[in-house]
Amino acid sequence: MPLLWLFLGVVAIAAVGYVLGRRRALQSAQGDIRRLHSLPSYYGSNVFIKALVPGIAALLIWLLAQPFYINSTVSGMIPETAIADGSNRGLVMAEVRRTADGLNNAVAVGAMDSNLASDPNADVAVVTQALKDAGQIVTSDITPTVLVAAQSYRAKSNAGRNYMSVLVLLLTVVGAALGLRDSHADFRARNVVEGSVKALLIAAASIAIFTTVGIILSLVFNTLEFFRLYPWTDFFFGLEWAPSFSGRGGSSKLGILPLLWGTFYISIVALAVSVPIGLFAAMYLSEYASPKVRATAKPLLEILAGIPTIVYGLFALLTVGPLLVSVFGKDGLGWMQAGTAVMTAGLVMGIMLIPFVSSLSDDIINAVPQAMRDGSYGLGATKSETIKQVVLPAALPGIVGAILLAASRAIGETMIVVLGAGAAARLSMNPFDAMTTVTAKIVSQLTGDADFASPEALVAFALGMTLFVLTLGLNVFALYIVRKYREQYE
Amino acid sequence: MYDVLHTERNVTQNDVKINAQGVQVYYGDTHAIKDVSVEIEDKTVTAFIGPSGCGKSTFLRCLNRMNDTIDICRVTGDIRIDGEDIYDKRVDPVQLRAKVGMVFQKPNPFPKSIYDNIAYGPRIHGMASSKAELDEIVERSLRRGAIWDEVKDRLQAPGTGLSGGQQQRLCIARAIATEPEVLLMDEPCSALDPIATAQVEELIDELRSNYSVVIVTHSMQQAARVSQKTAFFHLGNLVEYGDTGKIFTNPEDSRTESYITGRIG
Ligand SMILES: Nc1ncnc2c1ncn2[C@@H]1O[C@H](COP(=O)(O)OP(=O)(O)OP(=O)(O)O)[C@@H](O)[C@H]1O
Ligand SMILES: [Mg+2]
Repeated sequence: MPLLWLFLGVVAIAAVGYVLGRRRALQSAQGDIRRLHSLPSYYGSNVFIKALVPGIAALLIWLLAQPFYINSTVSGMIPETAIADGSNRGLVMAEVRRTADGLNNAVAVGAMDSNLASDPNADVAVVTQALKDAGQIVTSDITPTVLVAAQSYRAKSNAGRNYMSVLVLLLTVVGAALGLRDSHADFRARNVVEGSVKALLIAAASIAIFTTVGIILSLVFNTLEFFRLYPWTDFFFGLEWAPSFSGRGGSSKLGILPLLWGTFYISIVALAVSVPIGLFAAMYLSEYASPKVRATAKPLLEILAGIPTIVYGLFALLTVGPLLVSVFGKDGLGWMQAGTAVMTAGLVMGIMLIPFVSSLSDDIINAVPQAMRDGSYGLGATKSETIKQVVLPAALPGIVGAILLAASRAIGETMIVVLGAGAAARLSMNPFDAMTTVTAKIVSQLTGDADFASPEALVAFALGMTLFVLTLGLNVFALYIVRKYREQYE
Repeated sequence: MYDVLHTERNVTQNDVKINAQGVQVYYGDTHAIKDVSVEIEDKTVTAFIGPSGCGKSTFLRCLNRMNDTIDICRVTGDIRIDGEDIYDKRVDPVQLRAKVGMVFQKPNPFPKSIYDNIAYGPRIHGMASSKAELDEIVERSLRRGAIWDEVKDRLQAPGTGLSGGQQQRLCIARAIATEPEVLLMDEPCSALDPIATAQVEELIDELRSNYSVVIVTHSMQQAARVSQKTAFFHLGNLVEYGDTGKIFTNPEDSRTESYITGRIG
């Protein structure tokens, strides 16, 4: 039975259950809704849920588990002798699966007799020819072992499918019956439905969490792999970043410190630009600007947030860099060698972050109750005194949050760095030197043509992991500050 | 009905502190105050009474220009304090509000410590030259606000952590810490228990010796107890204004009589 039909069948049973459950509950109350614990539709939903959930859950679990089970049993059927030199069990199993699929499709389009497809004594050449005629891709000539294995694979899959259909439908019917049995006036159907809604929400939340865990695990495994190939002390404390791409793995120097320093330096410059400007802009917009000005200025500012970072990168490369060179370069103060520098990337990144800071802070400042401002004005405070001493302290937790969010963005930004700050990993105090960051190096390590198992590529995961831990630490710190402040003032 | 006649009353004529003539207030298209004229005397407690929504708070907020902070609010007419037009271009509303303090209908302590809440005004206006002096202002204000005993051990605790009634008394103490000449109080006792109410009323009575106090209240008894003058508002109009004793015993307008005897509200 095709999956879609099975699914529709389950839904149909559940739907019938809904109608029956509703009717049965009404009957048990002699048609008087007031004597029911819950509204009739809740009784229907109760049956619907109890029918649908076990059936669908069984379906999903079976679909996930069956391939593993059949793979392992079938692969046990293939004798060691049937595996050619230079091949391995995995490749043979892939061949088996392809053949099984081919047989299935050939039977489905009618190019092959289903008896032939499952005949263990069939002539291999005949079957191969039939498969080729049916337009099924067969890479090499099928060996008898593979054919037998494929036939068994096919048989097991089909049988599995059938068992699954029976089980799923059975569970659905049993679930519906259980639900129906409960459909009487005293049953608290509403609470059951409420509980299911909650379970659904919890499931949605868990998906987000499990994905995060999955991402972290993949990072962790690759990072551990990297540390098996490269000493962790050199990674964390090495002062030099000089990967070699020639494949002579041992000669690479993969110290993270120059990259961290670059990240830190550029982020500091970016925050030094964006935090004051963004905050002042937010204060003007929320406290001083007339509604008209606010209505035009705020969207304008937010347009900045919609510009793709690559455009900012171009701006850094083509405009800001040359501008800075003309002032601080050879012809000016002589501090700057080329347009790509910490200062260039930091300034442009700061501009990019202004709308983040200002828009978030503006919302937060606006959320401070008017009564608080009135209290201050009522005591004869001026506007700026009120903002400085009442509004900002009240908004501080939110503003700190906004700043840290901007900091995370700065740390994670890549494009502007690649185009604005250059690619040289360097430990230098001069903000007019070219430097690079962790993210930019992750990109360049993975886009090279290095072998994916070499330390030069795997280091990207270690870099990513470090970055992850750093931003996590930043967020935890932010939460700590916010909470401490809240305790004090709420 | 109210034993107003037993209350000692100061009915000698004082100087006029606030003189409002032909005041109109609009919120957008809503006409909230309709041609109100009233003379509020110095060293007197004036009570504003009237049904909910009749414009008591609105009129009170005109007297220290707090309505300026509401965009849609428009005030016309002539309001003079000590003969000076407070809506004149040359008048700085900030300075005006230092002179005309206000306690709001809802308690609104700052998210600061109790101490800083009280010290806020004195600090802004440079009223204390030393820490000791500031400490003294804070203690005196809290005592007058009838909350000193409850908070003296936790002056550094946040003001927002107090109970609603305590917060209201904190706000009263905060308002008197700046030594205003006029104190506007919008239902200061609506969240207070009878003991605290009595203490606040005592404070109001004490303030009368130096200041002019305007109090909005929904309690007839309170108006009768603390005020010398009473103004009755109804639907944005000032219906009747006169000596408290007269308003409560022998009102001229039938609406006033209905209201104070509980027939309209
Ligand atoms: N900020 C505002 N915007 C628009 N209309 C307002 C605003 N404040 C008050 N009003 C309107 O003005 C009228 C008078 O309101 P006000 O707050 O002065 O009443 P009140 O007499 O103080 O009532 P209460 O005794 O309930 O406090 C009401 O009709 C109210 O709807
Ligand atoms: Mg009011």
